[in-house]
Amino acid sequence: MIRYEGVTKIFDLGGNAVTALSDVTFDIEKGHVVAFLGPSGCGKTTLLRLTNRLIPLTRGTIRVNGQDIMSVDAVKLRQSMGYAIQAIGLFPNKTIYQNIATVPHLLHWDENRIRQRVHELLAMLRLDPDDFCDRYPAELSGGQQQRVGVARSLAADPEIVLMDEPFGAIDPINKEEIQNEFLRIQAEMKKTIAFVTHDIHEAIKVGDKIAIFQSGKLIQYDTPETILIRPKNKYIADFVGADRALKVLGLLRSKNAMNGKPRNIVQGSKGAQEVLEFMTDSGFKHCVVISQDKPVGYVTPKSLKHENRPVMDLVESYPKFIQKYDTLRDVMSSMLMHDMHVLCVVDDVGNFVGTITMNNIQRSILNVYAAEEEREEQV
Amino acid sequence: MNVADFIYQNREQCLLLTLEHIWIVAIALSLAILIGVPIGIAVTRNEQAAKKVINAANILMTIPSIALFGVLLPVLALINQGLGKVPAIIAIVLYSQLPIIRNTYTAIMNVPPELVDAGRGLGMSNWKRLREIEIPLAVPVIIAGLRTAAVMSIGIAAIGAYIGSGGLGVLIQQGISRVYEEMIVAGAILVSLLAIFVDAGMALIERFLTPKGVRIGRELG
Repeated sequence: MIRYEGVTKIFDLGGNAVTALSDVTFDIEKGHVVAFLGPSGCGKTTLLRLTNRLIPLTRGTIRVNGQDIMSVDAVKLRQSMGYAIQAIGLFPNKTIYQNIATVPHLLHWDENRIRQRVHELLAMLRLDPDDFCDRYPAELSGGQQQRVGVARSLAADPEIVLMDEPFGAIDPINKEEIQNEFLRIQAEMKKTIAFVTHDIHEAIKVGDKIAIFQSGKLIQYDTPETILIRPKNKYIADFVGADRALKVLGLLRSKNAMNGKPRNIVQGSKGAQEVLEFMTDSGFKHCVVISQDKPVGYVTPKSLKHENRPVMDLVESYPKFIQKYDTLRDVMSSMLMHDMHVLCVVDDVGNFVGTITMNNIQRSILNVYAAEEEREEQV
Repeated sequence: MNVADFIYQNREQCLLLTLEHIWIVAIALSLAILIGVPIGIAVTRNEQAAKKVINAANILMTIPSIALFGVLLPVLALINQGLGKVPAIIAIVLYSQLPIIRNTYTAIMNVPPELVDAGRGLGMSNWKRLREIEIPLAVPVIIAGLRTAAVMSIGIAAIGAYIGSGGLGVLIQQGISRVYEEMIVAGAILVSLLAIFVDAGMALIERFLTPKGVRIGRELG
């Protein structure tokens, strides 16, 4: 856990005192990701760099697990925390293996343990260890380098990791992907992470909590839901944007919004006329066809008329399957793009787990707002 | 009798003078590296000191070598070394400081700041960072400075013949006083060839000592 108490930083720029942070107080709980969010110059990076003493504190205290960071040797302190930066900063004269092994080497781990750890990390970040260990940073793509940068920050298995826009240097498509991987890894590792970003979407996506800064002051420190639904003031409302109801969609996962026991499903082996009858009786316009637990496509009454074959042969395939952890934002975007009002949710191996409709999405948003209002009334 | 004949007929003397020349330059450059590289690294920690040191080295460089020999002569005469190899070596060490210090300083200062930041943030001490990141990355530029210094030193060592340091300058100096054209040209050609070979050799060393990862990065553009 990290505790910031009255943290103040004043820079001396050629005789001018510039306050970068003033009286910032909050806690980062153990195992949480906290996004430090704000425009450039708001103090978020300064706070991060104060945490591992890259810059000295002017006033206030920072405690890590109860211990004042000023009572620890700065170099030792930094070795105990992971550190990843936007510019990546991989050492070009060292191989990927040597880069990742930087902190374990500083801590004098034995070579076998280091090798094992490097291989484990590369595998975790989906880089083939046999292929990558002996390559140099210059031979890697930007996205791969960023992964190695993250791996390096995690190498000595630190409890706390400081990340300064760690995915800032990659294109939007790879960024989505690496963010998803980051979340997957974090779900296992449960590190305490301070994550600087200027991207509200990224903050919502990765943060258990978000700390929003404005000119050196902490303005709001809350869960992403609360910040989106009840921004504390106009600055934050503007920062999160007028489309914040849409951004709530980025928080919700399809597994929470889907219908897990839809009635409009049929087995692929059934005959067309039998299914048509079932659909007419129950008033369904859309039926999911399942074969061996996998969704194979859908049928409509129109496609079944004058047919006698099994429905299996008559299906139209879905343009896309939804994963359980996809955000509703992605789901809705797929629906709009493919002009579909029903999509299937599948698990890791592609088995059918439920359906999701526009109605489901709308209902889950209304639920979030209702829950928030209830909480407000209790206060 | 042409120049080639002259060199052939006096091949033993030419070889000895060449070896002597190389020896003077090698000793002087080794000393210059031992002095210049640490100074170049040390001044990266203080911008003010860096300016002063580089300025001083710049001024040294503007002194004509003959004048420098003249200045060194009475000083070194106190320890009985006013003439010969010692003043020549000292002069070369002094002249070499500018390219060596300047290149070392620039190379270390040009290490990308994000690498320094990443190294610090991961908990590398200043010394560790210098040894593992900053110096390896600076080596190609430092060697480039040595290359300049080496070629220049070969020229200065030739002038050293006038104060009795020996080396290929002897051919030129004696050729002039004896109005012996072939001898002058032979000396000039041998000094030039030596400079060209050393320059090419240093280029190879520069390439060889460039960290592999950096070389790959350059080749991939």
